[in-house]
Amino acid sequence: MAETKMKEISLKPFERGTERLFELFDNKIVLISYIILTLVFLIYLPLNSSRFTQQIMTNFFFFVVVCLGLNIIIGFAGLLNLGYAAFIAVGAYVTGILSATYGINFWLTLPFSIVAAIIAGLALAGPTLRLRGDYLAVVTLGFGEIVRFTARNVEFTGGAVGLIGIERPVFFGIVLNQITHFYYMFFILALLAIITSYRLRASRLGRAWEYIREDEDAASAMGINVVSTRLYAFIIGSCFGALAGSFFAVKMTAISPESFTFIHSVMILLAVVLGGMGKIPGVVLGALFVTLFPELSRGIGQYRMVIFAFVLLVIMLYRPQGIWPDRQGISTKL
Amino acid sequence: MALLEIKDLTLRFGGLCAVNNLTLEIEEGSIRSLIGPNGAGKTCVFNCLTGFYKPSSGDMLFQGKSTLNNKPHIITHKGMSRTFQNLRLFKQMTVIENVMAGMHCRTSSGFFDAVLRTKRQRSEEKKIRDVARECLDFVGILHRKDSLAKNLPYGDQRRVEWARALATQPKLLLLDEPAAGLNREEKSRLVELLRRIRDERKITIFLIEHDMGLVMKISEKIFVIDYGVKIAEGTVQEVRDNPRVVEAYLGKEEKEDAV
Repeated sequence: MAETKMKEISLKPFERGTERLFELFDNKIVLISYIILTLVFLIYLPLNSSRFTQQIMTNFFFFVVVCLGLNIIIGFAGLLNLGYAAFIAVGAYVTGILSATYGINFWLTLPFSIVAAIIAGLALAGPTLRLRGDYLAVVTLGFGEIVRFTARNVEFTGGAVGLIGIERPVFFGIVLNQITHFYYMFFILALLAIITSYRLRASRLGRAWEYIREDEDAASAMGINVVSTRLYAFIIGSCFGALAGSFFAVKMTAISPESFTFIHSVMILLAVVLGGMGKIPGVVLGALFVTLFPELSRGIGQYRMVIFAFVLLVIMLYRPQGIWPDRQGISTKL
Repeated sequence: MALLEIKDLTLRFGGLCAVNNLTLEIEEGSIRSLIGPNGAGKTCVFNCLTGFYKPSSGDMLFQGKSTLNNKPHIITHKGMSRTFQNLRLFKQMTVIENVMAGMHCRTSSGFFDAVLRTKRQRSEEKKIRDVARECLDFVGILHRKDSLAKNLPYGDQRRVEWARALATQPKLLLLDEPAAGLNREEKSRLVELLRRIRDERKITIFLIEHDMGLVMKISEKIFVIDYGVKIAEGTVQEVRDNPRVVEAYLGKEEKEDAV
């Protein structure tokens, strides 16, 4: 009792407010009804909204998937990756080439996309995971550029023009070519990404990442193979990206190297850091912010990126741990 | 057969010889202490044993098999577990999560088990939790299991570390200064706990300690090292009477005429 009192006093107003909010969600019924309401809203949204809104929401879902993927690498395992867009490119190009050049069914290209991501992840992370922090960041940055330049200069990727005419996927006889179709497709993908993230986090593997992030030596003294566990994180995160990339390719029907630039990597990283690394609801919030802000502020015209940067600076100054609050005193499992 | 044999272990850092031709044996079911003045190389011996340092020469046999060149996690898997001199808890995680880390090397579910929540995963998770709980109960802090590790008082943090080491289900427990920073009452409970670990859980204990009172109370046999060299070994009495040990700790007696 006395302990709770002490805690209350030592907390700043913001923390006290969020702590109350968390206590509200501790109630299972409140939490579940909140989740159901959100789901119902998101399922009904396309029936009652413009194509523009649906387009933005689809982008948001896409962002949720890639951000959660990067969150596994950065947030869960603590590995800085500045070339994440390259993995989206790998998935997109595998699907694009197989579909546009060889006419293979979209759904059949997905396993290839995953295999390609695993190979790319192993090729990059295998030799470099011994590097830490900044060094790894530099290597991944280089990798991102290499993939893009390769895609631009090799013939079978369509060069600088990219690939066009990627076939629309067919789902139980329906050709998916409306924005509403893609809305639901990415919605399901985002849901799967969220569920997978939660399950991973609460698993033996997820805890191992957390142990390593907290104290590498203590983790290895507990019998955790640090290198292979990190590699796991890198590869799983890369697979998220590649899958999202495959779906991206069929949504756009055309891809070019310029869809996967360094800026894209940075925006994804930004969403993760902004929301709060390792915190799943935070990352979703970060994805929402990064998708919505440029759209909502379109009215300001060319100054919007300046304002965007300013808002980011302010947030990072006052909440370096991300928007999503930590729980004080008790485990942060939400 | 000895549980652990160290043969001519030498560890050099450049010109500095941290451990020099150390040979010792630890019998199964015993409690052994390694003592020595500050900087004598005690922790270096532990770091070699647990794979954190690579010895320059010599060999280490655990259950008759060499652990030379093994990575730390392999050594833990083989049944040697350690605690650290300065607490190395996972501070932002709960007490029970800390202890659950110990079970990592005794379980095996991976990505697909986690995502699909397979039967194996669920039964393993339950087992991990049960073992962690049991270990926490054993050291007496089960009631704090959901607190963040960093919020515990120092003495309790130490106990979390012991519980975590026990959760790896070791055959040999290496404790690096387990009594450092503990008060008198906590120390006497530690002595009792160490005996229980040995008697109830059949775990052999090898510890580094500065508190002579505690060392004398529990260890049947003591090894003394100084500048990386073993200078004495034997029972409490033998070690206490050994002039080289007295010299290492208190310095050589000056001759009267040196004034």
